[in-house]
Amino acid sequence: MNLSILNVLPWIEWIAASRLGQAISTSTWAFAVIESIHLLALAVIGGAVLMVDLRLLGLGLRTQPIDQVARDAWPWFVRSWVVMIVTGVLLFVSEPLKLYYSTPFFWKMTCLLLGTLFAVSVRRKVTLTPEGRTPAVVLKLVAAVSLLLWFGVGAGGRWIGFSG
Amino acid sequence: MSLLPFCQWLAETPGSIALHESLYMYPLVESAHVLTLCLFLGIAIMFDLRLLGVTLTSVPMTEIRKRLGPWMVGGFVLMVITGVLLFYAIPVRSYQSLWFRIKVVALILAGLNAFVFHSGIDRRVAEWDRERVPPPAARRAGATSLVLWAVIVVAGRMIAYNWFDCDKQPQPRIVNVLAGCVVPAPGAPR
Repeated sequence: MNLSILNVLPWIEWIAASRLGQAISTSTWAFAVIESIHLLALAVIGGAVLMVDLRLLGLGLRTQPIDQVARDAWPWFVRSWVVMIVTGVLLFVSEPLKLYYSTPFFWKMTCLLLGTLFAVSVRRKVTLTPEGRTPAVVLKLVAAVSLLLWFGVGAGGRWIGFSG
Repeated sequence: MSLLPFCQWLAETPGSIALHESLYMYPLVESAHVLTLCLFLGIAIMFDLRLLGVTLTSVPMTEIRKRLGPWMVGGFVLMVITGVLLFYAIPVRSYQSLWFRIKVVALILAGLNAFVFHSGIDRRVAEWDRERVPPPAARRAGATSLVLWAVIVVAGRMIAYNWFDCDKQPQPRIVNVLAGCVVPAPGAPR
C-alpha cells in the first residue's frame, strides 16, 4: 500500500521538479539540517503527548488534575506539531517520488491524519472534561489509541529510511 | 591514548559482525534508539521547561521529579543500551566520527550540568519547590540542558553522513585531528 492509490503522479513529478525540491535535494546540508530539526521537534511532541497520555493511564503526574496537565502540554504539542509539519513538508518536497511509492510513508501519513484528528477531537474533549465524568476505562482507552497512533507516525517515519 | 586498537578488535568480534550485517536487528535497535527520544528526551524537555518556568508551573518541582523521574530514567537506560549496541555494531567508524565525538563531549557536559544542578540549587529545592518561575541557577541548568541535548540529537543524526569520514580524504587537517584519522603523509608508501 502506498500513496500512488491517490493517482496524483503528475503533481508529484511537478513537486520533484520544483525549485524548492531541487534546491533541497541537491544541497549537501539542507536535508540533514531539516531532518535534525524534525527530530528535535519529535522529542518535544513525544514529551507533550506522553505527559498527557501517561496521566490518562493513571501514571506519571497522577496527583495533578487531568485538564491542568492537558492545558500545560497543549501549547507545546501545537508548536512542535507545526515544526514537524513544516520540516516534514520540506523533506517530502525533496524526495516526493520515493515517498509517493513508499509503504512506511503511507502508514505514517495515515497515522498522522488519524492521530491529529483524534488529538483535536476526542482526546481534547475528554482531557478538558471535568474529572470524574469520564469512566477511567475510557480515559485509558483514549490514551492507548493516542499512543498507538503516534507510535505509528514515529515508527513509520523511521522505517522510510530503511526501505529502499 | 587511542582507543582505536580496542575498536578494531571489537569490530572483529562475532556479535559486532552479526549486528552490523543483520537485516532486521540493526534497524530495530536504531528505531528503538530514535523513538526512545520521545520517552527520555521528551520528558527531560518538559522537566527543563518546568525549570525555566514555562510549563507545568502549578506543579511542584519535587512532584514532577517523583512522578516523571522514573519514566525519564527508564527512557535513558533504553537509550544507553541501544546506543551502546549501535556503537558495538559499527565501532571503528563511530570512534573516528567527528559527529560522534561531538556527541560524546556534549553528553559529558550534559552529565556535568545535571551534577552541578543536583549538588547546587536542587539541594535547596524546598525553598523554591512551588515557585512558578524557579531561581536563576535552576533556570540556567534547564536552558543549558536544552541546548546540550539539542546538540546531542543533531550530532547524533549527522553521524549517518560521511562528510568528515576518515576514508574520505583529503579533509582539512583540523577534521583529521579531531576525528582521530590516521592519514599517511603525502608521498608516503601506502
